[in-house]
Amino acid sequence: MTQPALAIPSLAEQPEPALVIALVGQPNVGKSSVFNDLTGQAQYVSNWPGKTSEPKCGDCDTDGMRIQMVDLPGTYSLSANSTEERIVRDFLIHQQPDVVALIVNATALERNLYLLAELLALPVKIVLGLNMLDTAAQQGIIIEPHVLEAALGLPVIPLNAARSQGVEELLQTAACLATQPLVDTPNRPEIRADHRDVLQALQELIAPYVPEPYPADWTALKLLEGDWQVTEMMQAHLGEQWQPVHAILMQHEDAILAIAGGRYEWIGRMMRAAVTQPRSGQLTLTDRIDRVATHPLWGMLILLGILGFLFWLTYALGTPLQTWLDVNLVQAGSLWAQAQMQAAPPWLTGLVVNGMIAGVGTVLTLLPILLIFFSVLGILEDLGYMARAAYVMDRFMHLMGLHGKSFLPLFLGFGCNVPAVMGARSIESPKARLITILVTPLVPCTARLAVLATLAPIFFGVHALWATWGLVALNLVVLTGVGIVLHEGLLGGEHKAFIMELPLYQLPNLRSIGASLWQRLVDFIKMAGSIILVVSVLLWALSTFPGGTIHTSILGLVGQKLAPLGRIMGLDWQMLVALLTSFVRKENTIPTLAVLYGVGTQGAGLADVLGSRLTQPAALAFLAVQMLFIPCMATLATIHQETRSWRWTVLSVVLLLAVSLAMGIAIYQGAALVGWM
Amino acid sequence: MFKHHRHHHRKIEHPVSNNGEFPLSQLPAGIAARVARVRGGHWLVNRIACLGFTPGAEVRLLQNYGNGPLIAIVRGSRLALGRGESEHILVKVIEA
Repeated sequence: MTQPALAIPSLAEQPEPALVIALVGQPNVGKSSVFNDLTGQAQYVSNWPGKTSEPKCGDCDTDGMRIQMVDLPGTYSLSANSTEERIVRDFLIHQQPDVVALIVNATALERNLYLLAELLALPVKIVLGLNMLDTAAQQGIIIEPHVLEAALGLPVIPLNAARSQGVEELLQTAACLATQPLVDTPNRPEIRADHRDVLQALQELIAPYVPEPYPADWTALKLLEGDWQVTEMMQAHLGEQWQPVHAILMQHEDAILAIAGGRYEWIGRMMRAAVTQPRSGQLTLTDRIDRVATHPLWGMLILLGILGFLFWLTYALGTPLQTWLDVNLVQAGSLWAQAQMQAAPPWLTGLVVNGMIAGVGTVLTLLPILLIFFSVLGILEDLGYMARAAYVMDRFMHLMGLHGKSFLPLFLGFGCNVPAVMGARSIESPKARLITILVTPLVPCTARLAVLATLAPIFFGVHALWATWGLVALNLVVLTGVGIVLHEGLLGGEHKAFIMELPLYQLPNLRSIGASLWQRLVDFIKMAGSIILVVSVLLWALSTFPGGTIHTSILGLVGQKLAPLGRIMGLDWQMLVALLTSFVRKENTIPTLAVLYGVGTQGAGLADVLGSRLTQPAALAFLAVQMLFIPCMATLATIHQETRSWRWTVLSVVLLLAVSLAMGIAIYQGAALVGWM
Repeated sequence: MFKHHRHHHRKIEHPVSNNGEFPLSQLPAGIAARVARVRGGHWLVNRIACLGFTPGAEVRLLQNYGNGPLIAIVRGSRLALGRGESEHILVKVIEA
């Protein structure tokens, strides 16, 4: 199997790796620490054929051998319960990695070994990384790795991933294991005795029909478990022969419990040999913290306190830094470019200054806020608090058809939609993540709130506060409605079960948090330098040509063509163009209006014009559309980056365009109906 | 039959059922019980069972306020589960 290592490995060429090692584990086992340790910054997303979701990959070397590590999603089992579970088992069965490195958490060894019990039914070579032994010892759980190794019949490596201890040994053991032939582990979990004959009969029935590369015994087991994917597959391959198989399965609908029970019996035998458990009923530190942190009232107050702190940090530190970057990067850059380009034609100066620097620069000024949000989120996640926040918020999020874990990303949206979309990564279920991403732009960000705060007093005078609160509430109502519709449409009742692990609290691993923070910032800067750059230049051109001003530009003309649509909402074409330019950045609405009406943004100019041009219902309709309108360029680019799909990105635009315009029309026409003019 | 373990917990109705089995949602916090049965569709039973709720497993609740989700300890790990899900797990109190 082993090939000689290449003399000069070059990342650009990405030579065929000598070995492929898959990292597998349940959630909260420190798997990403191990992955970051082994691969450093050399991570990339790889496209495996036929996969919609790409596992993260990274390269490393041991003994001169080039190894590709594949970080598979964290899963509790290998059923078809969730998309992640399907990704993991499809990868193991179809891509057949040389070795599977299973990382387990010593503090929850019993449940963690369930995944091992499942893996043993597949023809894979396994090395077990036993992480968090020290934390387990603090809990009074004493594990003897050598005894466990002897009981399981496969290599067990003690790890302290947070301190990089044992990681290299894990890699070497895996590389060594890859060179040896696959041997059957003598000690494998078995189905509970009362179902042994059924499994045997089933396996004999289906064996000739099981397609490559699926193992027949594994397939029989999954059929008995009621796994829908394997059931569909075998139904297709068995054809006429499905009937007797189906009859057996119908008689043994309870077999899942016999299989899972059998696995836990096997785990119990392994545990008895190698693990000393503490006396039960002792109150741990985690229990003490949880008495407060998961309390219906105190837990909520703690969560609000943390969020309050996060936003205080954003305003106290993030906003000044953002302003500083705006002055010293965007504005200074613009002036410098203008000075350098005095000899250049005006259109070229416009392209560089108003197109490239204004667009990309503005997006880059979001960096300090992203940095703050993701540092705090990373620490909370590593600490184990995120699961508690999800638990506390779950009953409220369920009303919106969302999971408790959607709460934090959505809440971040009030600051900025970009980190909110990125923050949805912490939601494991891909469909729930997608729904969260799609509804995120309905959370009013600071930029939109600033526009609202500027315009509401102009239109509504003393009633401005009521209008403002009403419009923010409208956004949240629409968010709930869209959330429920998407949930029914996309999930169709699946994933409604709420079962979530609450990991032990532990000190955060700053190195690992730093690594993923760095990855996010690099992704974001790459995005600003590519897609944002192109879109900025394109929008600048649309608002400049022909004629050199926005009045005569294509954007202006589009606005004028759309005038009939505007009239249904009581708006003139200038308002529509202002909405369109808010795509670059939401604050653009006000300067665009000022330019189009030929007045200054400061003082009474704009206020007079707007106040005289719009009736109150039309003004309300305009503000509602502005609050619900399509996401800004940076958010949209992030949606594309996170979903990796143009389809969902376009759908997000269409959805919000439809919702916002429908709301604008409903408000204006509704007001006309009830005679409010 | 049950002592109410923590005074601040809302009083939970005494479960009435055949042969001592009752839903996990009715187990007061702090009382050790054993899983007797898990009922429901394939998907839910599989999910519940692989996380450790199989017949015979010992379970204890850390939190049960009589409404909303609850927190259980099963097979050495803490799991939060919705009240609806906990109705599917039937338990029997372990007599001391």
